[in-house]
Amino acid sequence: MSRGNLREGVIWIRPDTDAARETTQEMAEDYVRMACAEVKAMTVPAGNTNTGTSKTLLVVGGGMSGMTAALEASKTGYKVVLIEKTGALGGMAAKLWKRIPNREPFKAPMDNGVAELVAQIDADANIKVYLNASVVKTAGAPGRFQVDIAVESGPTVTEDIGAIIQASGFTPYDMAKLPHLGGGQANVVDQLGLETLAKAANGGPIKRADGKEVNSVVFVQCAGQRDATKEHLEYCSGHCCGTSVKQAMYFKDANPDVETVVLFTDLRMPGNNEDFYRAAQNKGIVFRKGVVSNVTGGGECKVKFKDLILNEDFTADADLVVLATGMVPTTGPDLDQLGEANRAAEGGNEEAKAQVVQMMSKSVLNLDYRQGPDVPQFKHGFNDSHFICFPYETRRTAIYAAGPVRRPMDIAQATEDATGAAMKAIQAMENAGLGKAAHPRAGDLSFPTARLEGCTQCKRCTVECPFGAIDEDERRFPLFNESRCRRCGTCMGACPVRVISFENYSVNTVGAQIKAVDIPDEFSEKPRVLILACENDAYPALDMAGMNRNEYDPYVRVIPVRCLGSVNTIWITDALNSGYDGVMLMGCKHGEQYQCHFVKGSELGRYRMSKIYDTLKGMNLEEDRLMDLEVAITDIDTLPKKINDYAKRIVEMGMSPFKGL
Amino acid sequence: MARKEYAFYPGCSSQKGASASNYLTSVESMCKTLDVKMTEIPDWNCCGASISYAESGELPRLVMNARNFALAEQNLPGQDIVATCAACWLGSRESKERLEHSSVLMADTNTALKEAGLNLKVIPEVRHMVEVLIEDLGYDELAKPVKKPLDGMKFAGYVGCQTNRPFGIAGESFENPMYLDKLVESVGGTATQFDQKVTCCGGALAFSEPDKAQAQIKDIIEAAYDSGAEMLVTPCPLCQANTEVYQGQINKKYGTKFNMPVLYYSQLMTLAYGGTAKEAALDGNVIKARKLEEFAAK
Amino acid sequence: MSDMNQQMTARYKNNFLKEIEEQAEMGDWVKMCMQCGVCSGSCPTNFHSAWDHPPQELFMMIRAGKRDEVLESGSMWNCVSCYNCYVRCPRKVPITHIMHGLAEYAYRLGKAPKQQPTQFLSKTFWDNATKTGRVNEVKLTQTLYFKNGLMDGIKQAMAMQSVALGLVKAKRLNPMEAVGGGHKCKDIKGIHAMLAKARELEAQRKGRAA
Repeated sequence: MSRGNLREGVIWIRPDTDAARETTQEMAEDYVRMACAEVKAMTVPAGNTNTGTSKTLLVVGGGMSGMTAALEASKTGYKVVLIEKTGALGGMAAKLWKRIPNREPFKAPMDNGVAELVAQIDADANIKVYLNASVVKTAGAPGRFQVDIAVESGPTVTEDIGAIIQASGFTPYDMAKLPHLGGGQANVVDQLGLETLAKAANGGPIKRADGKEVNSVVFVQCAGQRDATKEHLEYCSGHCCGTSVKQAMYFKDANPDVETVVLFTDLRMPGNNEDFYRAAQNKGIVFRKGVVSNVTGGGECKVKFKDLILNEDFTADADLVVLATGMVPTTGPDLDQLGEANRAAEGGNEEAKAQVVQMMSKSVLNLDYRQGPDVPQFKHGFNDSHFICFPYETRRTAIYAAGPVRRPMDIAQATEDATGAAMKAIQAMENAGLGKAAHPRAGDLSFPTARLEGCTQCKRCTVECPFGAIDEDERRFPLFNESRCRRCGTCMGACPVRVISFENYSVNTVGAQIKAVDIPDEFSEKPRVLILACENDAYPALDMAGMNRNEYDPYVRVIPVRCLGSVNTIWITDALNSGYDGVMLMGCKHGEQYQCHFVKGSELGRYRMSKIYDTLKGMNLEEDRLMDLEVAITDIDTLPKKINDYAKRIVEMGMSPFKGL
Repeated sequence: MARKEYAFYPGCSSQKGASASNYLTSVESMCKTLDVKMTEIPDWNCCGASISYAESGELPRLVMNARNFALAEQNLPGQDIVATCAACWLGSRESKERLEHSSVLMADTNTALKEAGLNLKVIPEVRHMVEVLIEDLGYDELAKPVKKPLDGMKFAGYVGCQTNRPFGIAGESFENPMYLDKLVESVGGTATQFDQKVTCCGGALAFSEPDKAQAQIKDIIEAAYDSGAEMLVTPCPLCQANTEVYQGQINKKYGTKFNMPVLYYSQLMTLAYGGTAKEAALDGNVIKARKLEEFAAK
Repeated sequence: MSDMNQQMTARYKNNFLKEIEEQAEMGDWVKMCMQCGVCSGSCPTNFHSAWDHPPQELFMMIRAGKRDEVLESGSMWNCVSCYNCYVRCPRKVPITHIMHGLAEYAYRLGKAPKQQPTQFLSKTFWDNATKTGRVNEVKLTQTLYFKNGLMDGIKQAMAMQSVALGLVKAKRLNPMEAVGGGHKCKDIKGIHAMLAKARELEAQRKGRAA
C-alpha cells in the first residue's frame, strides 16, 4: 500500500488561485506518479516466521519495582519469573522503617508496604521466585529468550522467557566520599543509616550507635548531590527531600521536644508531598535555607552552614547528623567503556583483561548480544529510555527498565513505573509471538533481509543497529534477530553496498519515487526540491501544517522515511544527479536531549550525511544543495517558513546544472 | 415597613463633627431613597481599628467588638450588622471569625462581657454597606432611582485596602476588584482605568510616619490624574481622608499641583438620585468638588 | 531588663520559636512560612523605605533564635495593615496579624524601640478609644502632636494647620471636642470593667504575671 498525500500534501498547502493552479496540478500529478512507482517496487510483507511463543515475563530485582511489575503482570494472566540477588524480597523498601505517604491525607509516614506485597507474591501461583539468584546468560530474542539463572546453592536453571523487566534498583551514594560533610565519622549517618536506627527504635526514641538518645538532629540535604563541580553526583535524586521530612517526623512523633532542623537549598516536594511538607512544619520541624560547608561528627556534632535568607554563617549543634546522599543506579557496565576495555584486552593488555572481568562481574543481564551484556546507559549512568515519548523503553527490544535504575525516583513513582513497564513488556511478548514489531512501528510485519552474496562483511549494520538486533554469524555475515528489530531501517541506510532491504521499504521503493518526479528543464523556472522527512515527527508536522492551511512552496516533493537513520546516501546523490535542485532532510533532534524514536537513528543518519559534502564538491555543487533540518512534531507553523526560505535560497543559487543529463 | 432593615454600626469617624461625618450624611440620604432602614446599635463602641494592636492585645480588642455584637443581638435581634467604615467592618468581622473559631476565646469573651452585664450567644452577620448595596439590592436596583445620571464625569474608583482585603466583596479579586467601577457606572458616571485602585494610602501611618504615607498617597493621586479622572471615589473613610487632606502638603513637598476632590460612593449616588449638595454633604469635602456642586444645583 | 522579659527568657530558654508561638498573636503560624518572599515583595512600605527585616526574614530570624534582633527591630512597626501580604501568602499565613503580634509582644516586654512613632500612636489611639468607648479625634491629634513636649507640638500643629483648618471648615473636626465635649458611650463604667477583666484573662492564659 502506498499513500499519495493529495489533501494535506498538496491541496491544503496551496492557495486556491488561478496563478497557483498550474504548479499545484504538477505537484498532485507527481505525488500520484510517486505512489504508483512505490507500490510497484514493494511486496506485501509475509511476516517473520522465526518467532518464539514464550509468554513468561522475567523480572530482575525483587524490590518495590520488581515485585509490583511481577504482580501486575500476573494479575493480567501472565507467568512471571522473579529473581532477587539477596535472600529476601523487598529490596531497599524493606530497609525502611516507614515510607513517604502515598495517599490522603499525606500527613504522616506510613507502613513500607513490603510485607503485604511479599505475601501476595507468595500466594501467587503465576509467580516463580528465585532468591539468592542472578542472571548468568540471556540468549535469544523477544518471545524466545533463554535465560540461565544461577542460584547460590543448586544447579543453574534455564527459563524460557518472552520479555524482561530490569528492576535492579539503586544504592546510596557512598558517604565516605564526603569527608567534609562528616562522612565516615561517628554519629553522621546517611538516610539509610537513619532507617536502621529508626527500625531499632521501633517507634520509641531514636538512639545513636553509642546508645545515647537523640535530642537534636540536623538533616543536610543535597549531600554530594546536584554538585556543579561534578566531583559528586550532578543530579537531584528526587526522593531525598521527602525522605528527610519523613525521617524528621520519626523524631517528632516519638518525642515532640526533639529539635529537628532540615537544611536545604531548594526543598523539592512535588505533588501531594506539599501537604506532607506542611504537616512537617506543623509538627515543628524547622526548615532553613542554607548551604552546609562542614560537618564534624562525634559526641557533639557540629554543622557549619550559611543561612541564605539571613545571609549569615551559623553553626548548629546536634546529637546526630543525617546526610541526604543521592541514588546511584544499579546498572551493568557502561557499554562504551567495556568495548574500549575489550579492544585493549584483545590487544593483549593484561590490565584491561582484569578490567573486563571486573566490569562483567557487574553485569545484570549478561546478554549474549554482539553489542554487549547489558542495556545501554545514558546520562549519569542511568539506563537509557526515551524520556518524553517512551519511558521504560530501553535500546534492547522487549527489555524494559523500571524504577530507580532508569531515573531517580521515590517508591510511589517506582510503583507506577513498574506497572507501566509490565504493560509494555506484555505488549512486546505478544507482538514478538505474532512476528510483529514493537513500537513505534507496532504491528509492522516487515523485517530486514540481506542479499548476502553482495555483502562485504563491513559490519556497519551490526555496529550501528541501535537495538542490538544484528549479531554476526561464524562467517562474519550479519545475522538478523528479527524479533529484536524495531524496523527503523538504520541498517539499510548504513549499508554501503545496499544489500539490506525490507519487503515494503527499500532503496528501490524510495529510489523509484525520486525518479517518478517530473523534472522540468532548467529554463522552466520551476526548481525541484526533494524532502526526505522522518515519519515520526517531521511528516506529521507537515500534515498538521496542511490541516492548518499553512501554505508552502509548490516545488518541493516530500517522501516519508522511517527514520533519518534509514536514509541511504545513494538517494541524495541520485536525486542531485537527476536534476533536483536541492535536498532537504528532516529528522529528529539528536544528542543529549534526543527526540529520535529510534534513539540513535537520526544521529547516525546525520553523521553519514556529513560525509556527503565531499561528494557534492566532486560534483561541483554548492554545499547548500543539501539542507539538514532538525524538526519537532510541534513545528507546525515554523516548518513551512523554513521550506520557503530554503526554496528561496535555491532560486538564489540558480538551477542545478544536472538537469536533462 | 422598609424593604430592608439593618443594625447600623456607624463608627467613630462618622459621628457628627468627626472626620467622616459627610459619609454618614450621604449614606443616610442614599438609604432613604433606596428604602433601606438603618437602626443605630444602641451605645455602640469603637472597634479598636487595626492600629490599636500594640496597646490593646487580642482579647480586649475582641471584647470591644463582642460588646457591639451583644448589644445588636439584644436590641435588634435577627438583623445583620452593617458598617460603613472599612476598619469597623474589618475589625468586627475579624473578631466574629476568631470568636467563632475558638471556644476558648469565646468563653473568655463572655466572662469579660459579664462585667458589663452582657452575654453573647449568636454573633450576627457583619457586613459592609457596599455588600448590602451589591448583594441585597443589586446594580439594577441601584440604577432604578437614578434621576440625574452623572453623564460625562470621570471617576477613579479607589477601593483601597480594608474593604478589599482580607475579606473583600464576594466574587471580586483582590488585585482588581470591579465593584466600585460598577457602582460608578450604575449611576451614569465613567470609571477610569486606574492602576492604583488597591494601593494602600498608608492607613494610620499617615499620623505616625507621614513621609512614608504621603509617598504612597502621591502615587495614588498621580495615577488617578494619569487615568484621566476628575475625581477620586472611595468606600473607606480613612482612604478618603488620607487621599484628600494631605494633597496640599504633598504639593509643597514634591512640587505637584494636586487638587483632586475625593468623594464617597454614597455622595455620588445621592446626587444621581436627585439629592441636593447638602444631602450629599458636598460641604464636607475639603477639596471642593465644584463640578458636582454645579451638577447638584442644576 | 523588664520583669516580664526576665520571666519569658527564663521560661523559654533558647526556644524563641516556641516563645513566639505561645506569646505573640498568631505566632503559631510562623513555622508554616515556606520562605517564598511574596510578603516582602507585596509590602508597600517595604518599598518607600525598606524594612530592616521584611516579614520573610523576620520569620527566619525567629527560627534561627535571634530573639533580641527580632524584638528590638523597628521593622514590624512599619506595617500599614493593608493585608496585601496576607491575601497573597500561598501558605495562608496571617502575616499582617503576626506583624501586629510581634510588635505587641516586643512592646509588652519593653524591648520595642523607644520613640517609635507608630507604637505611640497605637497606645494613644487605644487609650483614647477606651476612655469613653469612642474615639475623640481632636484629643487624639493633640496627644500625638504634643508627645515630644509643648514646643514641638506647637511646631507640628502649625505645620498641620492648613490640614486641620480645612477639616474644621468642612465641619469634620470639632474643636469643641477638646474641652470635655465629644462623643462617648453611656456605659463607660461597664466598658472599663469588661476591659480590665479581658486583660486579666489574657495575661492568665499566656502565663504572664498580671
